[in-house]
Amino acid sequence: MSSIDRLFQSLRASGRKALMPFITAGDPDLDFTAAVLKKLVSAGCPICELGIPYSDPIADGPVIQASYTRALAKQIKLSQILEMLGTTAPALSAPIVTMVSYAIVHRHGVEKYVAEAKASGVAGAIVPDLPVEESGPLMEICRRADFSLIQLITPTTPPDRAKRIAERTTGFIYYVSVAGITGERTTLPQNIVENVSRLREQTELPICIGFGISLPEHVRLLAPIADGLIVGSALVRRMAQVGAKSRETVLEEIGGYVRELLMAIKREKR
Amino acid sequence: MASSAFFLLRPIPYPLSPASYMSATTAMPDAAGRFGPFGGRYVPETLIHALDELSAEYEQAAADPAFHEELEYLYRNYVGRPSPLYFAERLTNQCGGAKIFLKREDLNHTGAHKINNTLGQALLARRMGKRRVIAETGAGQHGVATATACARFGLECVVYMGEEDIRRQRPNVFSMKLLGAEVRPVESGSRTLRDAINEAMRDWMSTVETTHYLLGSVVGPHPFPRIVRDFQAVIGRETRRQCLEQIGRLPEVVVACVGGGSNAAGMFYPFVADGGVKLVGVEAGGKSTKSGEHAATLCYGRPGVLHGSFSYVLQDEDGQTADVHSVSAGLDYPGTGPEHSYWKETGRAEYVSADDREALEAFDALARAEGILPALESSHAVAEAMKQASRRKPEEIIVVCLSGRGDKDAAEIARLRGVEM
Repeated sequence: MSSIDRLFQSLRASGRKALMPFITAGDPDLDFTAAVLKKLVSAGCPICELGIPYSDPIADGPVIQASYTRALAKQIKLSQILEMLGTTAPALSAPIVTMVSYAIVHRHGVEKYVAEAKASGVAGAIVPDLPVEESGPLMEICRRADFSLIQLITPTTPPDRAKRIAERTTGFIYYVSVAGITGERTTLPQNIVENVSRLREQTELPICIGFGISLPEHVRLLAPIADGLIVGSALVRRMAQVGAKSRETVLEEIGGYVRELLMAIKREKR
Repeated sequence: MASSAFFLLRPIPYPLSPASYMSATTAMPDAAGRFGPFGGRYVPETLIHALDELSAEYEQAAADPAFHEELEYLYRNYVGRPSPLYFAERLTNQCGGAKIFLKREDLNHTGAHKINNTLGQALLARRMGKRRVIAETGAGQHGVATATACARFGLECVVYMGEEDIRRQRPNVFSMKLLGAEVRPVESGSRTLRDAINEAMRDWMSTVETTHYLLGSVVGPHPFPRIVRDFQAVIGRETRRQCLEQIGRLPEVVVACVGGGSNAAGMFYPFVADGGVKLVGVEAGGKSTKSGEHAATLCYGRPGVLHGSFSYVLQDEDGQTADVHSVSAGLDYPGTGPEHSYWKETGRAEYVSADDREALEAFDALARAEGILPALESSHAVAEAMKQASRRKPEEIIVVCLSGRGDKDAAEIARLRGVEM
């Protein structure tokens, strides 16, 4: 049982829902990444997602793309990110999940990636460009290491396929709210509730919903049907203001924004 | 369709076991889209359903005689196929060795081989009931060919093109607009072909239900490498037949340029079983062999993941895609088709490079000796053919795929030479 399994078990036992922030590693530098992670966890986020910058992220919208480009322009390396996590993650009371392209995992070596991430205190991986057909080798290695491999299900996934993906997922299912790329949206598709309910019939796994979520009303709408809600671009956009604003100011704004969303989640507690 | 092979827990079989090096087969890809260890699908889940749908539609179309009849009608009466196989006598004499023949894909409607694929895929889009088509383009040849096919079938067309490529291929940009397509400039990353593919895929992520992504090369996730190769294989089939008719035998060497590798895949594929025919792919050597100054993926890269498939790629030690350079926008790409990786690993094809200077010299040589302006992409193949010819005997035959014509490059060549037009 991984730390992610334990987290959702305890959340479910007490009827709570997770707010799962996503931030980009190394934007503008890894010291700030560590500071933001600490801020998010102290504000009450029980799990965090860390994006490993990649040169060709086809599932990402302009905000996250630009953050990856900025981080890579500073020559950030995977080894430095894992090193930062090694000193930061163990002290956090929340599991860290990496969002990482298979291009990076493959080049690094699948076995080596999982071993090093785990040694740095990382609890699992989301590999957005590794569909379930190609995920066999990574899945086996993750299983042996008790490292969660979170797979994605989208509105375009047919039901029988969704069931097969769920059977091969550990940690939680990442339900993608919209057929599209990451980024803040004012309105979310009507069919999320229906799709997630159908998915509930197929799996016992926790389901976290991501893509497009940024507003308290999104959180209020979706918290009742999800185990967790993932917020990315809205945070990455705020982090990008470092430079124009002081780091302290940005950290405070991030803390304030996250607390607002956490209040919305709690109000929906069932 | 892919469900039979759905949950094989197979590790990526790379490097290949010694037994699989024995010989390349044409029975590729397998049901999972693998050419040996290469290919597959490394794309977000959102796209998988559309790729399955496209695979299924293509299987049906490939088994439908009416589909082939319509495509052949278009090839003959709209594209002007078969394209000639032309003996370049003066160029041959100049090189002083083997005879050089040119497969004249430059004479196709729209001036390049790209139309062979776009017509085929436009027919597929129509069969699937998708009224909107998106495409990426580097040199603009695929963009023009896509805009042309969309105009011919009344489909809405959006072409993504890097800003750097828009600058160096202006005539094609305007042609696309004249054909009714919308050209969307891509400002991210290196502003070239690779970024145009990223942006087209992002569009497809949001529009996948109504839109067909008309990918222009033998790259990307399964089934694109297979579909594009099959539509381009008309080049190799005609060439093989024309060699037998005009020369009475198959050539010693077949040469084609390789960026993503569509003209080369189409040219090589029908010759794969002809063991006596040497297949040579020519990549862009750029300015030097230093990383960032060339685009010779198969020569200097290694297997990795890019744009949805496992194939040779130019990337750094972290898996980040490397910057590339070529004088030719169509070869300026850090990846290559998975079947080329397979042919390289099995030894069926050999991959070499020609640098910017050699390509420009070959451009001049063909222009002066034969009165043909080749595309800068194709000029790389001509450069290699000239090298091969001069060290081979006069009774030997070399066929070059002249994949496109060079009018589009005139302005860029003028700029490189400091000439005011």
